[in-house]
Amino acid sequence: MKYYVLAVAAFLFSVQIQAQKVAVFDSYTAFEKAVLGDKNTTYVVNFWATWCAPCVKELPHFEQLNSENKKLKVVLVSLDFKTQYETVLLPFLKNEQIQSEVVLLTDKDYNSWLPAVDKDWSGSIPATLILKNGKKFFVEKMFSDYNELDQYVNSIIN
Amino acid sequence: MKKLSVLLLFVAVLLVSAFTVIAPSGYKIGDTATDFKLKSVDGKMYSMSDYKSAKGFIVVFTCNHCPFAKKYEDRINDLAKKYKSKGYVLLAINPNDPSVQPDDSYELMQKRAKEKGFAFPYLFDEGQKIFPQYGATKTPHVFLLDKNRVVKYIGAIDDNVDSATEVKEKYLENAIAALESGKTPSPEVTKAIGCSIKTKN
Repeated sequence: MKYYVLAVAAFLFSVQIQAQKVAVFDSYTAFEKAVLGDKNTTYVVNFWATWCAPCVKELPHFEQLNSENKKLKVVLVSLDFKTQYETVLLPFLKNEQIQSEVVLLTDKDYNSWLPAVDKDWSGSIPATLILKNGKKFFVEKMFSDYNELDQYVNSIIN
Repeated sequence: MKKLSVLLLFVAVLLVSAFTVIAPSGYKIGDTATDFKLKSVDGKMYSMSDYKSAKGFIVVFTCNHCPFAKKYEDRINDLAKKYKSKGYVLLAINPNDPSVQPDDSYELMQKRAKEKGFAFPYLFDEGQKIFPQYGATKTPHVFLLDKNRVVKYIGAIDDNVDSATEVKEKYLENAIAALESGKTPSPEVTKAIGCSIKTKN
């Protein structure tokens, strides 16, 4: 009996470790403050969604960047619908074994926060923002392979 | 002969660079939008010039597959019905390349239009010639034109993709109302998330 309880406890513990934690923000300002607040960190912020095919395609490149480049932090900002948080987003992250930090941003007042990311962002995704020393670098495109992303990131951070 | 080919090459380079420079990056408020002749789901060709008495045009780049576009399908249909009686013509254009996004094929457009009872022409941008001229980048992406095809508003339909009942600002309808009363829409441009337009490159 004792072993059984222990086994269950161990199982629950391991599940917790594996489960990707996803913070949910309904305000871009709050997200920026909470997640992108460290001035000494270089952030690579990728805006994506599970329903966006080109986003899903380029996601592994950001995962690779996150694991290979220790000088920066990758943040994957999901723009999935709030109603699909548990049914779609979390299972997707588990299946794909996503390791980078993921947040769900459900701020629907796009007309306010999109220009705060970049004044020229039309709103199509994927899109990527790099934050370095308080400076913003934005690109509204898909990276077709890891080299392209790596070169782009290096051209900015080095 | 050699001189001539060098000269031709020079002219060719000049022409290419000239066209590169003048390549339009999309319409801004006040630009005159191009007319088009595109096939709708009913098999007929549609142009804005077909509507001689129209007071304006609502050109909506939208498609079948995009979840954001789907959320707006019923709203687009309601807008088409509502503004038809006021003299405005809503034309929806699918700008995607079906070889990249098979859900957006002409046949599936026909199917979707039938299922949803679209009250507007649902046009196929065959060869993807029209959307780059407008500067559409995503679906849905709306361009409101006056009767002379002058661009008056660009952007989103409203400020709540999730729920039509929780909309606070009906950007497009407000812009039409401004047009009706001879005023400048405010805002003239809005931003919203959408699915990128699917092209081969």
